[in-house]
Amino acid sequence: MANILELQHIDKIYGTSIKTHVLHDVNLSFEEGSFNSIIGQSGSGKSTLLNILGTLDKPTNGKVVLNGKDVSTLKSKELASLRNETIGFIFQFHYLLPEFTAIQNILLPNRIKNAKVSKETMDRALELIDFVGLSAVKDNPANKMSGGQQQRTAIARALINNPRIILADEPTGNLDSDTAEQIYKLMRDINKKYNTTFIIITHDQQIAQKTDRIVEIKDGKILLDLRK
Amino acid sequence: MKLSFSIAKRFLTYSKGQTILIMLGIAIGISVQIFIGLLIQGLQDSLIQRTIGQSPHITIVSESKGASFQIEDALFTSLTKDDRLIHVGKTADGAVFALTANEDESALLRGFSDETATIYDLENSLLDGRMADTANEVILGKGLATNLNVDLNETITLQTILGDTVDVKVVGIFDLGVSAVNDSWIVSQSELTQELFNLGDAFTGIEMQVKDVFAADTIAASLEPSVDSDLKVVNWKAQNESLLSGLNGQSISTYMIQLFVLISVILGISSVLAITVLQKSRQIGILKAMGINDSQASLIFIFQGLILGILGGILGVGLGVGLLAMFTTFAKNPDGTALIPITYDATFIAFSGSVAVISALLASVIPARKSKKLSPIEVIRNG
Repeated sequence: MANILELQHIDKIYGTSIKTHVLHDVNLSFEEGSFNSIIGQSGSGKSTLLNILGTLDKPTNGKVVLNGKDVSTLKSKELASLRNETIGFIFQFHYLLPEFTAIQNILLPNRIKNAKVSKETMDRALELIDFVGLSAVKDNPANKMSGGQQQRTAIARALINNPRIILADEPTGNLDSDTAEQIYKLMRDINKKYNTTFIIITHDQQIAQKTDRIVEIKDGKILLDLRK
Repeated sequence: MKLSFSIAKRFLTYSKGQTILIMLGIAIGISVQIFIGLLIQGLQDSLIQRTIGQSPHITIVSESKGASFQIEDALFTSLTKDDRLIHVGKTADGAVFALTANEDESALLRGFSDETATIYDLENSLLDGRMADTANEVILGKGLATNLNVDLNETITLQTILGDTVDVKVVGIFDLGVSAVNDSWIVSQSELTQELFNLGDAFTGIEMQVKDVFAADTIAASLEPSVDSDLKVVNWKAQNESLLSGLNGQSISTYMIQLFVLISVILGISSVLAITVLQKSRQIGILKAMGINDSQASLIFIFQGLILGILGGILGVGLGVGLLAMFTTFAKNPDGTALIPITYDATFIAFSGSVAVISALLASVIPARKSKKLSPIEVIRNG
């Protein structure tokens, strides 16, 4: 299967006077429709890796190829729209906009893409919110929901544009094990149904074990790349 | 665009207190601008009205002081048809002594046509009696009447320097608000002067008012070629230079005040909007991660500025006009007229309102540029 996302010889160095070498010559590629996890201890560089994968951060050296395009050649506007249409983010902290209600937050990536929200999108948003079990609170302001509810809203938001890739940074980190299992199943369903590529950073060994491929990062290098 | 607008709107309604504060800031600035602008305008208008409202703006007289001249019909007709002019009237004046049994005073006998009397608004300036209808009736300034110790319907004698005399009846006493005039003017029909001074059908002047008082000098200059070379055209501006420079100085100081009010409005809005970028940096970061582009992110702040400017402007216009209404209601002369009559100049009010919008827009450029530099990763890394 074709690679949807590829990292070639990625180096990442933070700081100018005091340099912190976070990633060392990382080569990694992800096939379309695959279900991957990245594990590693805190400080191992996995979050940086995810930010580079998500085109939120630029590598110091090396190339990121997203959907066949070298992202370093894109203008910021093109990159923004590529990100909007191709990548859905689920962050460790929910990052909802407190000014908007749950359903409005879910619809935001779609409103960035299309000026108007279509009926299909609205139905999809309702379906997603039902799926994450928040139908009852869909019109609550984001800051009036519990942490778990907010995270589930964020997951629904990441899925609204039907992205080809979902990047998840500790998506189940704040959730109890039952909900974590539900979220995992939800992600698996999406993966099967829409052939969406998942890259999940997690501490949760149980979740990692269930993915098709486990990449372990240590000190900015790939320690292990295990495919099932 | 629509998304940026709705996010801007949401940001503003989310922090209501802050939004109301900024709007009030804009509104107060604009209301001060309107209040001061219109107040000074009203002050100047009433000053001009008081100074030259009841006097001719342009006068055509002989080059040799006090000499009489024939008024050509063609010239007079063209003046009355000139639509820049209002109230064109002929006058025949001469210096006389006013004599009663016990008193004598030197005076200026002014022979007016009806139009000339309108220029001076003489009929409304009458304290007592009526206008002089015939050539043997006169009205006196109130100072002169007191000095001569005459009452209505008494007869006085007018004597020229040459010794010619005529007896006239006092039918009215006027007050033109200027004591030099009140103390020396005797007003009658022009025929009286023409007969007393043997002028025949000659006059000593043509007086007129213009619609736009500040154009008096250019209108006067344009009339110059059409009058005889032994006549001269005099306008009020040439005679009131110190008043004009006073008004000018006042205008400049008003502009300065308005300028500084505007600067403080702009600084106020931009500093508050700059803070909102910091407040909303998390949200902007998330939106950018979700794929909002830089110009959309900037537009959010531009729209915030626009909304604040429009609402603040409307509020400011309301406040300013309200302040003026209050001022005209409470600041009154003893006779009940407004101390300073205010004209609600719609153009000026609209201008001040749009200044609010434009300055708010300008002020939002800084935070808009700032938001462009904001990278989503900073927000995500700092949690």
